[in-house]
Amino acid sequence: MQKLIDRIRELLADGTVARVLGWRTGDLPYNPEPAYFECEEELQDFVYNGFCGANLSKYMIEASRLEGKTLVCLKPCDTYSFNQLLKEHRVDREKAYIIGVGCKGKLDIEKIKKQGIKGIESISGAEIEEAAESLTIQTIYGEKTCAYKDAMLERCHVCKGKEHQIYDELIGDSSDTTDADRFAQVRRIEAMSPQEKFAFFQNELSKCIRCNACRNVCPACSCRKCVFDSTKFDSSQKANADSFEEKMFHIIRAFHVAGRCTDCGECSRVCPQGIPLHLFNRKFIKDINELYGEYQAGEDITADTPLTHFTFGDAEPSIVGERG
Amino acid sequence: MQRIGVFVCHCGSNIAATVDVKKVVEMALLEPGVVHAEDYQYMCSEAGQAKIAAAIREKHLTGIVVCSCSPRMHETTFRKAAERAGLNPYMVEIANIREHCSWIHKDMEEATKKAVILARAAIAKVNLNTPLKPGESRVTKRALVIGGGIAGIQTALDIADAGYEVDIVEKTPSIGGRMSQLDKTFPTLDCSACILTPKMVEAAAHEKIKIYTYSEVEKVSGFVGDFTVDIRKKARSVDMDKCTGCGVCQEKCPSRKTPSEFNRGLNTRSAIYTPFAQAIPNVPVIDREHCIKFQTGKCGVCAKVCQAGAIDYGQKDEIVTEKYGAIVVATGFDTIKLDNYDEYAYSQSKDVITSLELERIMNAAGPTKGHLERLSDGKAPKEMVFIQCVGSRCSDNRGKSYCSKICCMYTAKHAMLIRDKYPDVNVTVFYIDVRTPGKNFDEFYRRAVEQYGVNYIKGQVGKVAPQPDGRLLVQASDLLDNRQIKMEADMVVLATAIEPNPDVRKIATMLTASIDTNNFLTEAHAKLRPVESPTAGIFLSGVCQGPKDIPETVEQAGAAAVKAIGLLAKDKLLTNPCTAQSDILLCNGCSTCANVCPYGAITYEDKEVNDHGIRETRRVAVVNSALCQGCGACTVACPSGAMDLQGFSNRQIIAEVDAICR
Repeated sequence: MQKLIDRIRELLADGTVARVLGWRTGDLPYNPEPAYFECEEELQDFVYNGFCGANLSKYMIEASRLEGKTLVCLKPCDTYSFNQLLKEHRVDREKAYIIGVGCKGKLDIEKIKKQGIKGIESISGAEIEEAAESLTIQTIYGEKTCAYKDAMLERCHVCKGKEHQIYDELIGDSSDTTDADRFAQVRRIEAMSPQEKFAFFQNELSKCIRCNACRNVCPACSCRKCVFDSTKFDSSQKANADSFEEKMFHIIRAFHVAGRCTDCGECSRVCPQGIPLHLFNRKFIKDINELYGEYQAGEDITADTPLTHFTFGDAEPSIVGERG
Repeated sequence: MQRIGVFVCHCGSNIAATVDVKKVVEMALLEPGVVHAEDYQYMCSEAGQAKIAAAIREKHLTGIVVCSCSPRMHETTFRKAAERAGLNPYMVEIANIREHCSWIHKDMEEATKKAVILARAAIAKVNLNTPLKPGESRVTKRALVIGGGIAGIQTALDIADAGYEVDIVEKTPSIGGRMSQLDKTFPTLDCSACILTPKMVEAAAHEKIKIYTYSEVEKVSGFVGDFTVDIRKKARSVDMDKCTGCGVCQEKCPSRKTPSEFNRGLNTRSAIYTPFAQAIPNVPVIDREHCIKFQTGKCGVCAKVCQAGAIDYGQKDEIVTEKYGAIVVATGFDTIKLDNYDEYAYSQSKDVITSLELERIMNAAGPTKGHLERLSDGKAPKEMVFIQCVGSRCSDNRGKSYCSKICCMYTAKHAMLIRDKYPDVNVTVFYIDVRTPGKNFDEFYRRAVEQYGVNYIKGQVGKVAPQPDGRLLVQASDLLDNRQIKMEADMVVLATAIEPNPDVRKIATMLTASIDTNNFLTEAHAKLRPVESPTAGIFLSGVCQGPKDIPETVEQAGAAAVKAIGLLAKDKLLTNPCTAQSDILLCNGCSTCANVCPYGAITYEDKEVNDHGIRETRRVAVVNSALCQGCGACTVACPSGAMDLQGFSNRQIIAEVDAICR
């Protein structure tokens, strides 16, 4: 991390960048938050560790309108989101100085807590330099340990790989942390009967409190004015009127990001209710892969997107209809 | 607030017998905005239209809903009636309570309930309608015909004779199509080439017709009256201006092993070739895949022997871009592949052939110079079996569900010709039904049976098994005598089903013309608009629309030409005002809409916007309403809902849905 901070300090000092988009320490040992840093002093709070899961690419939409370049720290998976935004003309490449930061999997505090580890005072092993096998957690009840792998975010188990898709320079090493099948749970749901599926989603989505965190964090949900906030569509006042519309919010959102979602997993990470929202997106991604060929949003910004580019090889609507 | 009038039509008893029209009137009066409602026996009649006009004037209506038949029937009628009474025609909505309701329901109570709901939805929509004004677009007075078979040639000739320019695009090196491969034609038995080639020559010589052979349509943009088409002229490797058509190159070409497409692969051709003797243009092409020069770099014989110096190995594909007002599809057909019909031993024996292959064998210019002989050993057959409906009228998924329509007649023709020329050959035809409607058709078939002694057996063939002696064992059932038949044959001819040319899918997609599950192009109305595609400005000619014989093809070709001429005769067309519009305050500038727009109507501009006091320059979508056809693809692709279709706005659609669900 020191190397990263040194380099940031240098770029800020020589005027290459006007500000830095990174993470600063939060009020708890495990909740660093996205932040702008505009001067040397502010950098004191700069942090980059295993809890820095937040994908900063979406902030570049606003940063692209600011004067001067913004240095943005992107993990390998974040660069897919940045690319997708670039493809959609939402961010300005010229306004970004991208440091591709190393990543060996990001941590999920909920998973640590689920292991019965409470009253956390500090956590070591989440630093980026050493590839710690396990985390050492000081709690008010004494020292606890937890395997790094067991504390990883769900999305890191289906890592998109250690390569940054776009960057100006790279600092730190990354590793591919894949150890699970990305579509295993989608397949399990597909195998359910319609009633079981309905019950599953009914149960999950009934937890929704419409805090909009999923939408606000999603790099694909970056409309200037969301249809759910707009008075133009008679949809804003309907939100959350009943359990049906609560479900509709998530289903409409999944449709809106279909073909553009990079599967960054932020929606599920930020959901305070722990709803596995990424499953909707994965179902779409799986279907797109099967019907139109393998496609990873944000991988190649010059590639044709499967849902908006017609090819003669596209599956006929009847085929799509038959398979359900 | 709108002042809406609702007019409920009885359509004689078509609607009134199943829908309680008085109830619909009563319920409509309860809807918001409705100030007038009445019912009448025939709303589309003069008297019915007069009622609408009177109500518009007297009650100062700002919008009307007509509960009647499909808008495809009378929307224009009612729009015009409203316009005459001073109302904007786009303030008229139709609730289809006939096709969508009375015709498909039996129970009056249920049907009435549905009619009320449909009326309610239309009323909800009219409440949000705004007056719209159509624009004008010009008509390019030139037609494109895709396909140079008899259908395409006839259409082109008819359009050209009316004084309009026509271009024919033909994929193969010559025009002529399937008909040029046929030997004789039913029911008069005149030689196919003898009646086709004069048409080909006429088309080639016509000052209004331009023929692009060895060319394909690559891209189509634009819309009715103003299509822009890219035509790929494939590299012929022969200079069309220099070539004299002497044919020496073809004689000397050392690569002679390529199966001849024209002779259905029954013999071979040279790598530089014209498909057949009467080809138009009489200029060969080099098949680069089989040319030694192109494959190894060493040869060049054709260039050496060409006196005219016409051979040009360096020729490249050329893209020609042309504008057209109308496009006629005449892409024709091919026979189906017989992979699913192994029981007929087509792939195992050379003596099992398709009917189209028999045409080539019977033809003097064919692989056997017109002698009927077995392709395996060259011996004259003594016993011939014809199997009907191979892949046609198929109830499983192996073949086609439809009747190929031409097989009964051409099989009678083949049987008759064989019996006439080779009286010692026995001919047996296995059929499901013999279908011979058409002028002089049944007489023709009866002549085959009665005069020429062709043995027709009603029954299907189960298996054709090649025997060690080279003959073919045919196992069949005779349904009329209820017995199993085992007979030996020297040759078996399969009346193979026809299917649309496989390229039609690609062409239909480019033209946004619809096709059915069998890949036949769909007509706008099965009975009343049989030569028009549902896509304006696209017309259908020949088998691309459905199986048909030559007389029918020529008829349809003429009909398609008339429709195209009717369009080309107009100087201006009124454009649909229901086009998309972008709300620049909502637009993200993401380009999704431009990617999905089939008409290239959307561009992006940097525009100064004032978003509630925030002034900034944003990249936003701009719709060219002259190009927009109102398909609505952009409105559903737009993630922020910035794109909206006038006359079918998101709010209007949602209002309709809400009204239905209420």
